[in-house]
Amino acid sequence: MKAIKNHTGLVYPLNRTNIDTDQIIPKQFLKRIERTGFGQFLFYHWRFDDEGNKRQDFSLNKERYQHASILVAGENFGCGSSREHAPWALLDYGFRVIIAPSFADIFYNNALKNGIILIKIEEEQVKQWLEEADIGNLSLSIDLEDQKIFEGNKEYHFQIPAYHKEKLLNGWDDIALTLLHEEKIEIYENSNN
Amino acid sequence: MMGRSKTIIEKIWEKHVVYQEQEKPDLLYIDLHLIHEVTSPQAFEGLRINKRKVRRPDLTFATMDHNVPTRNRDVIKDEISRKQMETLKENCQENNIPLADMFHPDQGIVHVIGPELGLTQPGKTIVCGDSHTSTHGAFGALAFGIGTSEVEHVLATQTIWQERPKTLNVHVEGDLGAGVTAKDLILAIIAKFGVRFGTGYVMEYTGEAIRNLSMEGRMTVCNMSIEAGARAGLISPDETTVEFLRGRVHVRKDEAFTTIAQDWLALATDDGAVYDKTVTIRGDEVEPQVTWGTNPGMCVPVSGTTPNLNDVEYKQDVERALHYMGLNENQPISSIHIDHVFIGSCTNSRLSDLRRAAEIVKGKHVHANVRAIVVPGSFSIKRQAEQEGLDKIFQDAGFEWREAGCSMCLAMNDDIVPPEGRCASTSNRNFEGRQGNGARTHLVSPEMAAAAAIEGHFVDVRNYAGVAL
Ligand code: SF4
Repeated sequence: MKAIKNHTGLVYPLNRTNIDTDQIIPKQFLKRIERTGFGQFLFYHWRFDDEGNKRQDFSLNKERYQHASILVAGENFGCGSSREHAPWALLDYGFRVIIAPSFADIFYNNALKNGIILIKIEEEQVKQWLEEADIGNLSLSIDLEDQKIFEGNKEYHFQIPAYHKEKLLNGWDDIALTLLHEEKIEIYENSNN
Repeated sequence: MMGRSKTIIEKIWEKHVVYQEQEKPDLLYIDLHLIHEVTSPQAFEGLRINKRKVRRPDLTFATMDHNVPTRNRDVIKDEISRKQMETLKENCQENNIPLADMFHPDQGIVHVIGPELGLTQPGKTIVCGDSHTSTHGAFGALAFGIGTSEVEHVLATQTIWQERPKTLNVHVEGDLGAGVTAKDLILAIIAKFGVRFGTGYVMEYTGEAIRNLSMEGRMTVCNMSIEAGARAGLISPDETTVEFLRGRVHVRKDEAFTTIAQDWLALATDDGAVYDKTVTIRGDEVEPQVTWGTNPGMCVPVSGTTPNLNDVEYKQDVERALHYMGLNENQPISSIHIDHVFIGSCTNSRLSDLRRAAEIVKGKHVHANVRAIVVPGSFSIKRQAEQEGLDKIFQDAGFEWREAGCSMCLAMNDDIVPPEGRCASTSNRNFEGRQGNGARTHLVSPEMAAAAAIEGHFVDVRNYAGVAL
């Protein structure tokens, strides 16, 4: 996983609640055995019609969001299936930061493991950014170290558990970290067999 | 001296902590790791790249379920599906992991065969790269879904980092009425409290209605905990649990069984234990349920109607859902005509589900506009159902009788509802496109699905002609 310390980018607003992982990446694309190449299938049925043509009425297809790298969405983002293909698709498409009032548990862990910064912010603020990014171009800067979001000269603080932050900042490999405790795992196994 | 009263959740947790540090997640030991073809290939690939081994193949068990054909096992039309299944087979061989492949007599949906084989037991920590792993909580196990990076982590270390969850007591007062099932109960719970009330919690289901459920019913309830946002939901073990497990392949025998059964019963939540939150619902007020929208919380009693747009909180989302579903506001549920019926999935494909559905369709015929399929949850269920002649009853009534697998629950194989097709389904997710691009899913109990198959629209099974419930 790549380390990430800060990120500045254009916001894409997706004003829906309970966006589930079946929408983020539909099941017909889960058959690959690689971790890469899922970006082309992101939000597939929202982006493309049955003939595979781009749907003009879906906002992500608009020219002005083509280089967006920060996704802002409604409550309970990432609910449903445990498929890690969802964060793989978001990352591969180009999203590095997701901001929402709440996230589903499994998605949260999966995204974190892939170096996506997930930021929980009160619904009121999220609504405001959804609106601003809908009307005009909205650019935000995230400073993970200081837990701050900058919008022009306004700044906002966000919460993130310290150990999540540490992992993102360092891009640590979880398994290598756990194996530092291998002796304790052995002791546990020996005393429970 | 007696210790403090504890919930089953705390008891299991404390027993499995390998390592703990202030303000960090705990490192938990995993007793059973179930794997399937869709979420495991990248995990094995990761191990290979980093030259790591599977630490405990003996605590790992694999099956093929998501992709398998249910009509003719020998015909896998999709090359990439075939590759995925072959990859699982190679990975299991290379790492000595037991596998119930497509032709194995133990094959079935991962959450159906775990309990069936007695791999699932009270007090165990169980994970699988699948969100409906919560099903195993019915046995008083702490069971939850994980992503592929976590699958790789468990393969390599047999542990997982987890934040200590908050505990939520979902208390059901009173018993369910005749013709009202575990499926209706869990749908009513999600409809009442919403699709995210469980986020950050492990739920324990308690109360009279829960105690009176069979193990099959308890699995149906725990299965859908994830649809309420909870990664895990469980039920304290009791005599029903013990009796279900007695004599199963992976369960200890004779005296050893008596001893372990006592340990299981001792896991039950102590009197006076405190939960972080409690919600209560009346079981005797629950009616048969039907979802009208695109998440499981968009659900009403069969006697109800679709919502009135002036009464709802997230109006835009409700409008979108109604539009997707091809429905209007204030539309009576009984007026909704269906053209597909799917009886199956890890929620409702067990023998008792099939028996009750068969009772309803016996001697009747599927409506002319409806295509109906029954997909048993496992090979073993299929064999038992055939011994009882259930396959004949279904086929005589015009249902297709299939091989075991996930099938139309997520339509990764050929079992797909066409665009704008409308399906009464016993599965657990009515998300857009879940059963096929543009497909419209209504979640119901097996009884409700069976009656809808015959009538071509939703009817209340409680007043359904000629059936004693
Ligand atoms: S039956 Fe459906 S919900 Fe259950 S494991 Fe299979 S795909 Fe998932």
